Amino acid sequence: MTQNTINSKSQDDREEKFSIRNLIFPFSVALVVLFSLAPILWQFLTSVKTNDAIVALPNVYFPSPNQLTLSHYTELFERRPFFSYMLNSAFVSLTSTILCLTLGSPAAYALARLRIKGENVILAIVLVITLFPYILLFLGLLELVKATGLGNNFLALIIPYTAINLPLTILVMRSFFQQLPRDLEDSARVDGYNTVQMLQKIVLPMTLPALATTGILTFIFAWNEFIFALTFITLEDLKTIPVAAAQIGGSSVFEIPYGTIAAATVLGTFPLVVLVLFFQKKIVQGLTAGAVKG
Amino acid sequence: MTQDTIRNREQKTGWLLVTPALIVLLLVYAYPILRAFWLSFFAQNLGTQLQPEFAGLANYGRMMGDSRFWQSLWNTTIFTFVALAFELTLGMGVALVLNRAFRGRGFVRTIAILPWALPTAIMALAWTWIFNDQYGILNDILLRLGLIQEGINWLGNPTLAMIAVITADVWKTTSFVSILLLAGLQSISGDLYEAHAIEGATPWQSFRQITLPLLMPQILIAALFRFAQSFGVFDLVQVMTGGGPAGSTEMVSLYIYATVRRYLDFGYGAALVVVTFIILVAVVAIAFYLLGKVRKSAGVEL
Repeated sequence: MTQNTINSKSQDDREEKFSIRNLIFPFSVALVVLFSLAPILWQFLTSVKTNDAIVALPNVYFPSPNQLTLSHYTELFERRPFFSYMLNSAFVSLTSTILCLTLGSPAAYALARLRIKGENVILAIVLVITLFPYILLFLGLLELVKATGLGNNFLALIIPYTAINLPLTILVMRSFFQQLPRDLEDSARVDGYNTVQMLQKIVLPMTLPALATTGILTFIFAWNEFIFALTFITLEDLKTIPVAAAQIGGSSVFEIPYGTIAAATVLGTFPLVVLVLFFQKKIVQGLTAGAVKG
Repeated sequence: MTQDTIRNREQKTGWLLVTPALIVLLLVYAYPILRAFWLSFFAQNLGTQLQPEFAGLANYGRMMGDSRFWQSLWNTTIFTFVALAFELTLGMGVALVLNRAFRGRGFVRTIAILPWALPTAIMALAWTWIFNDQYGILNDILLRLGLIQEGINWLGNPTLAMIAVITADVWKTTSFVSILLLAGLQSISGDLYEAHAIEGATPWQSFRQITLPLLMPQILIAALFRFAQSFGVFDLVQVMTGGGPAGSTEMVSLYIYATVRRYLDFGYGAALVVVTFIILVAVVAIAFYLLGKVRKSAGVEL
């Protein structure tokens, strides 16, 4: 596969003759698509099959009309507060994203443009902590949450989510500010703007695309977070989607509700699928800026 | 205004802008880790009525003889390195495919980053279902192909369960690796390959002599990120196997979580956090050192 890819990297494929070599590339594209989509599609198919069709052997890949149902979805909303889970996830993710951009962008600007003592130390620290897995933080945070009585309070999620996304925000926004032409800021200074005014009136409007890029990433990370949400929120009505979905299976010992779990996974991933469909380019941009250029 | 006062003002404004972010980072990163160091010298568990009692190095001594800890460290190491090897290889393959011009490339790229964007805990449910012993699609396919005679209990067998969680992790994170590698591939000029081809190099030689060396910084960065994340893997394994069967997929993170949440042994949990932290930092330091070397040598060659 690699040989073929490189070989034809910079040449146009005008070879007409039909050979196995020419098939390798379309085949690898198909493989990438299948590999990426199969688990999601299987989950979707399971979610719309009746319980009988789900446990039919051999597996049903093309259900007939009477094997289709939406009951797994209605069950999520009728028997469980699934709408609350979605709202909780949306609220926590949005709030922490806004907070993260509000705190992270000014810091990124300072690190990109202003000369501060210890700037390199700050950057090095920011770079290293992007690598810390959350399990290292959860014990200390658990104590903090207990001490401050923030258990079952969304702040117990919003503050850590803001923090875990700050390093990425700072790195992405900093690389953006570095690419911004300096002239604008210089002429603003000549016009007598101080730093804060200049940030508000000149820099911020130009920054909106980069803020969107960063915001999409932070939203995804916050929506997907599991261990803090599992530990700090125990009230059913306050749970976020990943935790709530993961706990559906554990609710009954005798019969695992495969269809309901599948429906929950479809609904829980749906907002992210939409985000990726619309903002693929921005996501790639942000990830590479955050990881590579930093 | 003198140069000095301008500098001074810049300093002040700079710190003003940086401080709020730093405070949040100190609270959520620095405090818990420093606290874990402190607490690791205390016994704080059900035996001490959850009150901290100074215990010196007792927690670390206990770790030495704790076979469950060593087992989890071993599991984590296997998981991390096998997953990393597959993710880098597959990620490179996917990046090479996506780097080539073809109709519908934008769409395929979109699909290829989907696994990365979806919640790990939720996709762990999807993989549990795929590996289900009775109704799982994997067994069904293998049965239809005649490769097996009866359904395999993937998550019920120590080795197979490890293979299952590694498979799910590779699925989930290969896209991240390919995004980073693709960005690197795009920055390599096509002229290099043409010149090389004129000199009579085969595609494989071009890959070895141009692509790999020039991509080395991105490969190392991707490996570093993936190493750190795999080493702390929690969601995926917790949901898929809960560390079972018989602790065969229990990772360090799961052991830490159980120690704190189930056994309420905060002192020992803190010591486990400290050791995990130190291992991670050591590996990261080595990787940064290598990265510096690679960047230097790439700079000299070009």
